[in-house]
Amino acid sequence: MAVYIVRRLIAAFFILVGASFLVYILMTQAGNPLGFTIAITNPTQRAAVVQQVTETLSLDVHPVQRYLNWLQRLLFEGDFGLVSQTQQPVWDELRLRVPLTLKLVSAATVMSVVVGISVGIVTALRQYSGFDYLVTFFTFVFFSLPVFWVAVILKSWGGINFNDWLRDGAHFSVAFIVAMSIVAAVIGSSFAGGQWGRKVVFGVLSAGAAAALLSWISSHQWMLDPGLGPIVYAIVAVAVAVGVVFVMAGWGNVRARNTALATAGVGIVSYFPLQRVFDWDMSLWTISGLAIIAVLVGVAIGYAMGGFDKGQSARTGALTAFLLSVVMFVDRAMQSWSEYSASSVIRNRPIKTIGDREDRLEGSFWVITNDTFGHLVLPTLALMLISLAAYTRYSRASMLEVLNQDYIRTARAKGLTNRTVVVRHAFRNALIPLATIVAFDISGIIGGAVITESVFEWEGMGRLFIDGLREFDPNRVMAFFVVTGIFAVVFNLLADITYAALDPRIRVGQ
Amino acid sequence: MTVEDHEDQLRDGSQPPVPVDETSIEQSEVVGLSQSQIVRRRFVRHKAAMISLVVLTLIVLLAATSVGWGPIPGWWKYSHTDLVPSQAGVDGPTMSLRPTWLGGAGIRLGEHPFGLDNEAGKDMFAMTMRGVQTSLAVILVLGVISTTIGVVIGALSGYYGKWVDATLMRFTDIIIVIPLLVITGVAGFALNLSGIWPVALALGLFLWTGLARLVRAEFLALREREFVDAARVANAPDRRIIFKHILPNTVGTIVVSTTLLMGAGILIESALGFLGFGVRPPEVSLGTLVSDYQGAYSTRPWLFVWPGLFIIGIVLCIQFVGDGLRDAFDPRQKRIPKRKDLERDDLHRTKGETEAVNLTRPAGGRERT
Repeated sequence: MAVYIVRRLIAAFFILVGASFLVYILMTQAGNPLGFTIAITNPTQRAAVVQQVTETLSLDVHPVQRYLNWLQRLLFEGDFGLVSQTQQPVWDELRLRVPLTLKLVSAATVMSVVVGISVGIVTALRQYSGFDYLVTFFTFVFFSLPVFWVAVILKSWGGINFNDWLRDGAHFSVAFIVAMSIVAAVIGSSFAGGQWGRKVVFGVLSAGAAAALLSWISSHQWMLDPGLGPIVYAIVAVAVAVGVVFVMAGWGNVRARNTALATAGVGIVSYFPLQRVFDWDMSLWTISGLAIIAVLVGVAIGYAMGGFDKGQSARTGALTAFLLSVVMFVDRAMQSWSEYSASSVIRNRPIKTIGDREDRLEGSFWVITNDTFGHLVLPTLALMLISLAAYTRYSRASMLEVLNQDYIRTARAKGLTNRTVVVRHAFRNALIPLATIVAFDISGIIGGAVITESVFEWEGMGRLFIDGLREFDPNRVMAFFVVTGIFAVVFNLLADITYAALDPRIRVGQ
Repeated sequence: MTVEDHEDQLRDGSQPPVPVDETSIEQSEVVGLSQSQIVRRRFVRHKAAMISLVVLTLIVLLAATSVGWGPIPGWWKYSHTDLVPSQAGVDGPTMSLRPTWLGGAGIRLGEHPFGLDNEAGKDMFAMTMRGVQTSLAVILVLGVISTTIGVVIGALSGYYGKWVDATLMRFTDIIIVIPLLVITGVAGFALNLSGIWPVALALGLFLWTGLARLVRAEFLALREREFVDAARVANAPDRRIIFKHILPNTVGTIVVSTTLLMGAGILIESALGFLGFGVRPPEVSLGTLVSDYQGAYSTRPWLFVWPGLFIIGIVLCIQFVGDGLRDAFDPRQKRIPKRKDLERDDLHRTKGETEAVNLTRPAGGRERT
């Protein structure tokens, strides 16, 4: 295995060198990096600038020699060179920009993987249902969307219309509530499956629930000051526990059921004490620490109540605890929403379309969290729409493939419940090819975030590339390429290793 | 022979009631047909693909005839270079689809169906149509170029193996590692021409990698087959084996992936145009139109919306056609009988026979509802 990884890394290194040579040479042929000097009227000054840029980019030597110089500096000194016009080190810019791009991409990737896989699995389980056709059609539409077009529309819709709507009191119109109820009815009924009666009942129930919820949100102006509060939190906690039990263990499993409900109980009891804790000086690290503690508590409860099947109860407890901590985090962040929204720099326009944060905003961790959310939500949506479609398609295909395997038939034949077959035998195996696809995709998404960054004016790596190419500056374009190239190579390797680790039939390196 | 024929046979009792599973239903449909006939039939049966093909043809016809193609004049009164005198207050779209008896203005195109850019004095319909022409021309060229390169590289590397394979595949890896936007953007500048063709060329030169890998995999599998051995024993030259014996068997893969590649090509072309690295003025593409008018979305949305809708329309149609082609070419593709058909089938059987038939049906095909 180690030999295999080393061999792959060496091969990847040479591929990167070859690719960087290609890009560098094309870049030297792309245009004249001295073009901007025409604007300088003073001849002596212009000559000085020309000389400086020529020196920075070593324009006086042959392109191949130039490339070798660049490669040598990068490999042996870790030096990305200077930005041609400003003479600043490229590394200084790169260091600030990579985390921003990763922030944008990771939020979008996590969301689209979770949503995409869930929707894909459901469509596979309800193959050829109305829901399946609906989702299939929309995945095709999402595939065909030009991301920049969607991004511009989202920008206008979120940044102007939604903020105006909030300013006007956050009331839904009747037509909107009716339309959303119809959508809920369609989704609910096709989700249900089975006979017509069942479908109608589900449809009516979902429509009613949607209408009631939306009317309540509208009449209480909930969107202006959102929050769950202890009572809704308790209801959500029980619902989460019940849902987790249904998926993870089946309602008949008394031990898992007790574990999940006990975890939910602990979560509800700790609501008020934790509110105090949240008011301390929080950071991302302490929040993650709290989440880990919560998961550990869930595991402990599972072990205590698991009886002879400790593993499953522990998993159920851990998942319940994790989901509850997410709900509690969201609840606490929502409590600071109105404070964030009303602050003097945000001025009640909480959804932002430019940049990744509001520099002038000062406040607690929770206000900053809301600020991050306000800036992230639109670009993340734009990025999500497209990868969501891909993951839905992949997971549907993969799940269908697995469901037609002989071992699924065997599992059904020996009388296992539908839940066990789907969750344990089918779902886990369907995830194997998905793991590789996700790893493979991440590198592509980083490269593809260029457009989204440009529309939403994020100072990420994409800008580095765009500005570099506009000014024919090889150093910046190459820095962008080196980072994305390394990501591509590493994630490809990860994809292969994951595949081998998950699927015992695959052996790497032979 | 269709499903109904089968049932008639079963009913009149001239044959013993053999259990019919869907494999034999499927096979009975294609008895005596050639491969291309089967593919054509399957494709025609794919409703979404057929509808998309019709829509795509309409879009192509509209774009080709309205503003004219090359020296051929079109029927629309403006072209994308014409300056239209600005008219105060009439910059909105004049197209109306609501008939007068429904309270609309009647079905008409009007003076400027997609609106008018008053500042630049351009008719949006002419601009959009020109953009569609550009995008279509680009994907046709890039389709031809990248299919040729991809097939040649894939075929050589799959057929000859050894160092040819190693060299070509490492070269493919090199191209794959570079993000598409980077390589096509840089190459577009390096080719140093600002028209439609260099953009098409730049895209075509770098989009073939996926196809090459697919063709290589097909060749690797096919070159071990008996008919290739037979041709080799008959002393056929490599060229003949590649082109006559193996390549026709990979047509399905090539057609499908070329179609999808052309769909992706439009998106990348328009993305390049949007970033300012693609087609440059005075030429217009759908991407540059979206880019130019992105600021107008909140005040004059029609300037921005139409080019985007055409991008979505074209790509969506191509995707559905590609999907239909994939289904048509896939030899494992079975037409899954509707539940209704199966149940009707079961009515003619005794309980024991039905259970026997169920065993031959795909696992989980019935209980998952």
